[in-house]
Amino acid sequence: MPDRREAWITGIGLVSSLGEGLEAHYTALTSGAGPTVDETRFAPYPVHPMAPLDLDKQIPKRGDQRQMEPWQRYGTYTAGLALESAGIKGNTEILSRTHMIVAAGGGERDNSVDIKILDGLRTAESKGRFLNDRLMGDLRPTLFLAQLSNLLAGNISIVHGVVGSSRTFMGEEASGVDAVRIALSRLIGGTGDIFLVGGAFNAEREDMLLLFELGGALLHGAYAPVWERAARGGGLALGSMAAFLVLEEKAHALARGAKPFARLAAVQSGRSRRNAGDVAASISGHLDALGPLDPASSAILSGAVGTETATSEERAALAGRGLPVRATASLIGAGIESQFPANVALAAIALSKGALFAPFGSDAIEAPFTGPLRQMAVTSVGHWRGEAAALVEAVD
Amino acid sequence: MAGERRDRQGRPVVAITGMGVVTSLGIGKADNWAAIMAGKSGLSTIKRFPLDGLKTTVAGTIDFIPAEPFCAAELTERLAHVAVEEALAEAAIGRKGYFPGPLFLAMPPVETEWEQREAVLAAGPTAEPVTYATLLAGAATGKFRAWGERFLFGSVADHVAERFGTQGSPITLSTACASGASAIQLGVEAIRRGETRAALCVGTDATVNLESLVRFSLLSALSTANEPPEEASKPFSKNRDGFVMAEGAAALVLEDYDAAIARGARILGIVEGVGELADSFHRTRASPDGKPVIGCIRNALADASVGPEAIDHVNAHGTGTPENDKMEYNSMNAVFGDLLKALPVSSNKSMVGHTLSAAGAIETVFSILTMVNSRIPPTINYKVPDPAIPLDVVPNVARDAEVARVLSNSFGFGGQNVCLVLAREPA
Repeated sequence: MPDRREAWITGIGLVSSLGEGLEAHYTALTSGAGPTVDETRFAPYPVHPMAPLDLDKQIPKRGDQRQMEPWQRYGTYTAGLALESAGIKGNTEILSRTHMIVAAGGGERDNSVDIKILDGLRTAESKGRFLNDRLMGDLRPTLFLAQLSNLLAGNISIVHGVVGSSRTFMGEEASGVDAVRIALSRLIGGTGDIFLVGGAFNAEREDMLLLFELGGALLHGAYAPVWERAARGGGLALGSMAAFLVLEEKAHALARGAKPFARLAAVQSGRSRRNAGDVAASISGHLDALGPLDPASSAILSGAVGTETATSEERAALAGRGLPVRATASLIGAGIESQFPANVALAAIALSKGALFAPFGSDAIEAPFTGPLRQMAVTSVGHWRGEAAALVEAVD
Repeated sequence: MAGERRDRQGRPVVAITGMGVVTSLGIGKADNWAAIMAGKSGLSTIKRFPLDGLKTTVAGTIDFIPAEPFCAAELTERLAHVAVEEALAEAAIGRKGYFPGPLFLAMPPVETEWEQREAVLAAGPTAEPVTYATLLAGAATGKFRAWGERFLFGSVADHVAERFGTQGSPITLSTACASGASAIQLGVEAIRRGETRAALCVGTDATVNLESLVRFSLLSALSTANEPPEEASKPFSKNRDGFVMAEGAAALVLEDYDAAIARGARILGIVEGVGELADSFHRTRASPDGKPVIGCIRNALADASVGPEAIDHVNAHGTGTPENDKMEYNSMNAVFGDLLKALPVSSNKSMVGHTLSAAGAIETVFSILTMVNSRIPPTINYKVPDPAIPLDVVPNVARDAEVARVLSNSFGFGGQNVCLVLAREPA
């Protein structure tokens, strides 16, 4: 009987406010240097801005770049990094059967046009006529293509030639979890040997801030680590980021001599109603389902994003497990759909180095850990919905 | 297990045991099917917003289901509820508030609309000039918390999951105009993997709002043949000039065949095969050589373990844009060859318009009804045949025919292609 199929992470693309790539993130997260936060540009909302990227390196045609807005550029760029890291960039034979699942939000609007129109609507004689004229006259036709959620995947197909299949999941943090979960299920189930999965998020957008501010989800004022926001009512500090993983069946990877960063062993996800106690119970249940973790060689990478009471409940659930915890959103911010793919990427980086990131902030839940790192549970608690946990393991 | 049924590749067989549909033709399968058999159009002149200065004024809106606040997100959700209710009543599965499987819901990206932006701005400070900070300050008043949830992409599926009690994390997906078919595909895969014995698959779309219309219009994708509106959608005709935006939803209960039989469910049809293949040619245009679509159709046939000769009818994507219909014909010609001459191919979009994210699901419902009723829907408004597209489009009048197997095509912006092979039960 053949070995059970296994999902290896053989490629990682990651960009955020901390920089580009594996080493930049590992260095930033082990040095204890803290986050890059801009508290003034979108005041009162602190935002983690994207590190400078040389887009030409992964999106060589300027025409392609022009057809995208920043979130798509970040994603397409990072997908290229992931393919390069897996050693399959430009390999049309493999790319033609690489399956893609992208977690995406909504694309950029033209905020200056929106404000001009809103201003005009206040005094327009005929609002209907005014709005029709302005939209017909002022909207850039190609902006629609930057807005459609599935066009990040579309751009990755065009720029990198990933065409095995293309699916886009929507729905905030949970969509990132389910993208990874479905890719893993298909890989283990044998309906694909290699998957590109991930997402991209541009935090430096007023229209995105508006969406989350309507629901009261944003942190106001000075930045604080996610565990230290409860007294202020909690909130998201949005962070620009993009993360893509190449998930590859073990035998497929071995056959082409690809090296794994880590193994993705399981993803558990669900939806609670978010009544009091639901998040704690849900996260505990998902972690239990992953099986016991050895405190000498395991840690929890928390997907806590700082909204209350979700983050306090998650903290309480994690505190009882006797494992060191690292909440990466304190350092890279809230990247919504991209959060979970980014956290799985960070876990894989830590496991490939065999060492956990430094504690950050003053909360004792981020206990020091010096042991060799073999397993990481990666949690996701969406800012309003969705709870999940994944198991990422070192490969011998 | 005795009587265990497996498909030709040894996988669990995926049955459809419940279906619900709502389009501009009406609510429910009975009304929709009667209208389709009569060759009726659901398209009309838009009444929802002023039409001054617009090139396109026709759409297939659903104005008979209330939504408050009126916006795409809300109506998209209302349509999903209507379709799911009908599908669950027919399947008679689970119990009130409990469905024994996951939800896969296809919907369009939604966002705050002008009415909401105006209200939020008005709640902000009265500083001049108006800036985005004014708008954000209006949002920060906390008066619009309900809208915050309403415009999150996950909220439609979340509310459907809550009301009907689906299991696990509900998945919201978008593969543009192939979304409805992708939702079915995800359900098929979950059942084949043995993760679940049932799945609720939904496609829903209610985005006929001013800005969406303008955006499609600026891409020159829409028909401008506004009068008479019921004749605007002309798939495969020589004078076709674009698609007509429309609203609708469909829901399907998919089940493991054995589990469905064991509980005494009526099998409406079988999803035998699913094919997909992405196109890397262009953001809005399909590869002119049709290779990705040809490959997609072949993938679906291979997944169903049947050859092209086994297909009795094609429920076409058939949007009525000059480019799609030509490309779809060429691709079918490559796959079916001489068989295509005798293969009835019709486009439901001639009557219900292009329901975008819902189309793949709605057309699956109509494909199953075609087989159950042994009657093929017409392609209406077919007055000027296109010599470059020599197809039997079932012109203008429905046709009696025994149909055992249907190919349903869905293609979308962003290089999205999904094809389904659907079969009658017993095949």
